[in-house]
Amino acid sequence: MVAASSRKRKGKIRWSKLYSFAACFRPLTSKERLAARELICQPGFSRVVFCNEPHLHKRKPYKYPYNYISTTKYNVLTFLPRALFEQFRRVANFYFLLAAIFSLFSLAPFSRASLIAPLVFVVGISMLKEAVEDWHRFLQDLDVNNRTVKTHISNGVFVDKLWKELRVGDVVKVNKGEYFPSDLLLLSSGNEDGVCYVETMNLDGETNLKIKRCLEASLCLNEDEEFSKFKATVHCEDPNSNLYTFVGNIEFEKESYPLSPSQLLLRDSKLRNTDYIYGVVIFSGHDTKAVRNSTRSPSKRSRIERKMDHIIYILFSMLVLVSSFGSLLYLRQDMVDWWYLQLPDDNKVNDLDDSNSEKYDDRFFNPSKPVQSAGLQFIRALILYGYLIPISLYVSIEVVKVLQTMLINKDIELYDDVTCKSVQARTSNLNEELGQVEMILSDKTGTLTCNQMEFRKCSIAGVSYGGDITEVDLAASMRMNADFEPFEFSIDETDGATRSFEPFEFSVSSFSAQNGNARLTKTEGPNWIHGSNLFDITMFFRVMALCHTGIPLEDDNHKMDKLSYEAESPEEVSFLIASQEFGFQFCRRTQSLMVLREFDPSSMKEVEREYKLLNLLEFSSSRKRMSVIVSNEDGQIFLLCKGADSIIFDRLADNGRAYEQATTMHLSSYAEDGLRTLAFAYRTIEAAEYESWNTIFTQAKATIGPEREELLEQASETIEKDLILLGVVAVEDKLQKGVPECIDKLAQAGLKIWLLTGDKRETAINIGFACSLLRQDMKQFHLSLSRDAESNNQVKDMKEDILQQIESSYKMVCEERNKEAPFGLVIDGKALEIALRGDVKDEFLQLAVNCASVICCRVSPKQKALITRLVKQYTGKTTLAIGDGANDVGMIQEADIGVGISGMEGMQAVMASDFSLPQFRFLERLLIVHGHWCYQRISKMVLYFVYKNVAFGLTLFYYELYTSFSGEVLYDDWYMTMFNVMLTSLPVIALGVLEQDVSSDICLQQFPALYQQGPRNVHFSWSRIIGWILNGVVSSLVIFLANIYILSPTAMRENGFVADIDSLGATTYTCIIWTVNCQIALITSHFTWIQHLSIWGSILLWYIFLLVYGALPPNFSGNAFQVLVEGIGPAPLYWMITVLVVVVSLLPYFIHIVIQRSYFPMDDHIIQEMEQCYKKYDVRDNEMWVREQRNSQRSTRIGFSARVDAKILSFNQQLQQKKLSIYRSVTNSPIYRSITTSPFS
Amino acid sequence: MDTDRERHRARETAFYLFTQQSLPACKPVLTPGWVIAIFLFMGVIFIPVGLISLRASHCVVEIVDRYDIDCVPEPSRMDKVSYIQDDSIPKNCSHFMKPVPPITWKVSCISPYAEPYTFSSAVITRHYTAVKTATEYVKSRSDKQLLDGQKYHDTSSCQPVESNNNRPIVPCGLIAWSLFNDTFEFIREGAELKVNRKNIAWKSDRGHKFGKNVYPFNFQNGTLIGGGKLNPEIPLSDQEDLIVWMRTSALPSFRKLYGRIEEDLDVDDVVVVNLMNNYNTYSFGGKKKLVLSTSSWLGGKNDFLGHACVFVGCSSLTLAIIFMLLHVKYRRPYGDMSYLPWNRKSFSG
Repeated sequence: MVAASSRKRKGKIRWSKLYSFAACFRPLTSKERLAARELICQPGFSRVVFCNEPHLHKRKPYKYPYNYISTTKYNVLTFLPRALFEQFRRVANFYFLLAAIFSLFSLAPFSRASLIAPLVFVVGISMLKEAVEDWHRFLQDLDVNNRTVKTHISNGVFVDKLWKELRVGDVVKVNKGEYFPSDLLLLSSGNEDGVCYVETMNLDGETNLKIKRCLEASLCLNEDEEFSKFKATVHCEDPNSNLYTFVGNIEFEKESYPLSPSQLLLRDSKLRNTDYIYGVVIFSGHDTKAVRNSTRSPSKRSRIERKMDHIIYILFSMLVLVSSFGSLLYLRQDMVDWWYLQLPDDNKVNDLDDSNSEKYDDRFFNPSKPVQSAGLQFIRALILYGYLIPISLYVSIEVVKVLQTMLINKDIELYDDVTCKSVQARTSNLNEELGQVEMILSDKTGTLTCNQMEFRKCSIAGVSYGGDITEVDLAASMRMNADFEPFEFSIDETDGATRSFEPFEFSVSSFSAQNGNARLTKTEGPNWIHGSNLFDITMFFRVMALCHTGIPLEDDNHKMDKLSYEAESPEEVSFLIASQEFGFQFCRRTQSLMVLREFDPSSMKEVEREYKLLNLLEFSSSRKRMSVIVSNEDGQIFLLCKGADSIIFDRLADNGRAYEQATTMHLSSYAEDGLRTLAFAYRTIEAAEYESWNTIFTQAKATIGPEREELLEQASETIEKDLILLGVVAVEDKLQKGVPECIDKLAQAGLKIWLLTGDKRETAINIGFACSLLRQDMKQFHLSLSRDAESNNQVKDMKEDILQQIESSYKMVCEERNKEAPFGLVIDGKALEIALRGDVKDEFLQLAVNCASVICCRVSPKQKALITRLVKQYTGKTTLAIGDGANDVGMIQEADIGVGISGMEGMQAVMASDFSLPQFRFLERLLIVHGHWCYQRISKMVLYFVYKNVAFGLTLFYYELYTSFSGEVLYDDWYMTMFNVMLTSLPVIALGVLEQDVSSDICLQQFPALYQQGPRNVHFSWSRIIGWILNGVVSSLVIFLANIYILSPTAMRENGFVADIDSLGATTYTCIIWTVNCQIALITSHFTWIQHLSIWGSILLWYIFLLVYGALPPNFSGNAFQVLVEGIGPAPLYWMITVLVVVVSLLPYFIHIVIQRSYFPMDDHIIQEMEQCYKKYDVRDNEMWVREQRNSQRSTRIGFSARVDAKILSFNQQLQQKKLSIYRSVTNSPIYRSITTSPFS
Repeated sequence: MDTDRERHRARETAFYLFTQQSLPACKPVLTPGWVIAIFLFMGVIFIPVGLISLRASHCVVEIVDRYDIDCVPEPSRMDKVSYIQDDSIPKNCSHFMKPVPPITWKVSCISPYAEPYTFSSAVITRHYTAVKTATEYVKSRSDKQLLDGQKYHDTSSCQPVESNNNRPIVPCGLIAWSLFNDTFEFIREGAELKVNRKNIAWKSDRGHKFGKNVYPFNFQNGTLIGGGKLNPEIPLSDQEDLIVWMRTSALPSFRKLYGRIEEDLDVDDVVVVNLMNNYNTYSFGGKKKLVLSTSSWLGGKNDFLGHACVFVGCSSLTLAIIFMLLHVKYRRPYGDMSYLPWNRKSFSG
């Protein structure tokens, strides 16, 4: 009922009249008509749609796909082959596949199971992950496909139909707030004039609503029953990805009408402010523009993982080298004389049994075919030394990453109480990449801001209301105190000062007098009434309440005297709410009347007044202002105008500038606070003047043709002049919780933040200020196309224009680089389009990279993706893109890491992302804590893994050297299998999951600069990699040589037992286990019981294994039977070798870290030491600690703290000057002179 | 119940701490003090250990005697292979061995020759490179057959010495087939020196790997005779020579225990060895040596361990001193902020 009544009420308003000079129903010019007609039926424009006759589209040639969409990568049939193919594109996997195949032909020295099992495991896990991810995508699709929409079946009956069952030609009815199921041709809407409002945030990220209009011919189709006989044919373009064009025509009742983009409703956009629309499906499923615009999510790999491939190449070449060396030496052997092998020598063959000679044909020892034997030997060696290439590394990394992901997901500090969501790492591939991010590309709406406008401050008639102190001032003054005594400030505390500005409490508390501000409250009796400029204040509120396009909504849930509003932009809503709070309630609107319930100062009562709406001069981005012309009950005509301050100030009358100076001051302070400002002004118009103007205006409105808008603009120009300034309002584009602090921390961590938004430049700049990305003393470069270049539309001119701007800016950057002042770059979409072209882009990127912050406004989703790609390519740095809407999907997919905000509606960004956050502020902890940890964990882990396998694998090779490449293996098969599976795997996993170089709360939150280790890649540089490989070589040499020289050839025990191959193998292996496990203990800097258990437990496990394996019956354990108990255990030599070898093989590394720590310490080392030093005290209270913390922040140029620093600097200067002037005035004063000169003493 | 609940809670908090990555942890930081202490400690430990093991090694007397050339009569030396392959020529030979004690160390050893054992081994170089390590050779055996005898049939791993005249060979395989078969007899001052040839193999091998009821069968009966023959009357578990031989050695040059002389030998004693030079090392140029040696608690005579320990100990001490001096001279204050990146000039954000 409620809905029905409000529909009725709104139905009365002809929206087309409200938008008095919007180009609705503008007939196409004959030229355009012709062009469209020519195009239709040409190649590329061959689509034919029979409206309301979907059955005609079941057969060719008009068979179009159902409205079913699928974003999955695989289906049941293609999964196995495609996923397998993906897996074996990895070099290492391919190598292991080969090894497994060789093992099938018994060419390998190991058992088949030990080669095939790990491969199956690795590939299996990866494929499982793919499958699960695809399954999620499938579920998402299922959800979308099973939404329902009212669809016409016959005789004007509409029933619910699933989205996926829609066909081209179906007529559907979409209600308010619903998404369009496919690309629709708008037939009619719930509004009489066939207008509807569409929110396209998911497509282009723009927050303001767009107007779509149906053709006048189909206007009558606004009831269900009308569709029983409706038939029409549409000829239009083929499906394409261009969001802003559409060409076609519709044949309806034997007339042909051209169609334009304003009749096309795109999938993924949403119906707003309109009760319902009727439309006909033109493009369905994969033909829709939204789907065509989306790209498949690429599989991303982290930097470390890519580098790991190179390590694998190095190890592989090492392997090939070693193997070919072996087989070449093998070639030179003369095996013929080795009688004990019973080789089929020519002389002896006759002596042998026939059966024997036939049976015995060994491929590896065929002296007659040495080359073939050597070749086979080579293959065998490749597999034998395969331990150099750690297949288990992939397994361990997968396991570790999954665990890391789990820890990230479980982190309580990344949990949002409001939305009850926590951070979700959707892929585990990129954990360590989080620690290497250098550039953050952020969306604005929904990411930084909540898309809510709040009325914050205003300046009326030269007086500012709503508090004067900004957060920056507050923090700066606090910090100045803090310099004298240790003081910890937090931004939360300052909330006390700002909390009272919540708009709904406005009237009650916030406008109370503060620091000389005037009092402005409703409840305490309107004191402002007694002000001298009462009229101006009333006019101010009238502008606020009348100059807009909003309409009030009656809602039973609300108290009767409070209304809620709906308007084109959230800004206007905030004005209406605020003015209602101040006693100027906008209650009704009819076609030509606006009713205001306003407070009358003279009678002290609320009276209802009616204003006649004469004209509405619409807002446009070029005009940057909007006016209404109203006449009040007395017949006085006013022009009420609101707009950007610069525009309004230009149009002031000479007598209207009374408050200009004061207002300008307030404006700049508001602007620095990141508030959006609008100036209000008015003028009274004489009836005669209005009449004469109105005729011009009406004429202009009636004009047909391209010159119409120009005429309209000219007409409005003539009336919008000689204005009288009333004041300015400041609204806050409300930031999400914690955004400035988060940006501050990220800036301290050395990250660069780029803002990419589809919004207007002013909004973007405001947000830049609000987030402290920009500040007042920053040099700003604005790149935009000059008007001439734009109007000419000549690419060459535009290019030159931009190039020139870039060059001059860059020159300035170069000149002033040494100075402290940072640079900010603001560029808009059109300029960006030019700047990103091939020959300009290098210059542009060079400039952009040198600026502390970059803001790109009015950029399309495609441009977002393009910028991301170019920045990635040009700088080679790791980029992170964060956004919340479907328009950010391209950017999210293009960046190295894509982050989606999951708090808001719309899941496209989250689906495309690698990580999803409930709010932007969690990015701080995700990057600075988890990113840093994961980066150094994974890099330590990979390096250690390489070390471990080199140390182990090379001993096999040395043994071969000693035994002339016989192919015999020093260790028991089981030892080898156990090496990576059990004996050394757990400590690595513990390292990869739990290692912390510094703790999260003390160090990372307070020394974000430590994050720079990641982008500078100190933990995974080539020198480190080579160093670790060398370390492995040294360890293997020490282990092998010491064992050989100590155990051979003399007896190893008192009773004369000599070490055989099994004793030697077990001893060497013991040394390896000890060495690699102690090595990881040296790497680890954070020992919890888990690390202790895994490291020392692994060593213990080896002995237990040896005991148990040795105790198994000899059939099973073979020569390892009782090897510990009988063979090596009782020998003191065995234990002494272990100790000696472990110490010696770890010595090089130990000396290295000692030297590094003592004389070339890294950042984390120092902070570890500081942490230890100050453990006794409460760290945060320590003065030195605080000072260091501040030092660490000094070098940042953007962010809140940087602004505070700048402010302190200016405070100090002011103070200094004041002191100086006081001193001067004092010294110059006659009293002072008299004092100093007069001899008092 | 209460304890149950408490335990549950404790487990929950532990899990919570784990997921929040805030488990109590010890974070050792390597300070100069620790470094110097560690190096000093290593020096203090390793030098004495090294000296002790060096002394043990030096107390071992070892006489190595290569006999494979001398035992071939002068005329046959041109063609040793045909000499050794000719069964008609008797292969016996006698040799003198004289223990020459290392005089300088004699004093420090408590009982230079009181050690009751001497062991002999054949040291065979180069040739055995391949013998003991070629995969085919090492794998050419059947452990199951050694334990269960002919009851066990699947002896394919024994290729090519698996069966002869369609009857299985026990013990099968190349290793057994190439059994070392030189024999030695020791005579001191005209009397035979008793050599104990029991317990030269591992007890576990004798008890569990070689069957007590398994007798050699069809062994060395083929056309191609390899090494030594076995007495078919004695079960495998008592054929200790075979058991020792079956434990393949790791490296091409190796020693095998032959027996123990359980009498004391004097410094002046001359031991005459009567040996049968049967084993063919000539065809591949191997060497055979006889080693008489005493043994210490560390085993045989090997200085490597002692030298290594002393070396490591000395280096550690030196390093300790170097670091101490460096620490005194160029001391970096603990937790010095000036090294932090933002305090360093070169740091550019």
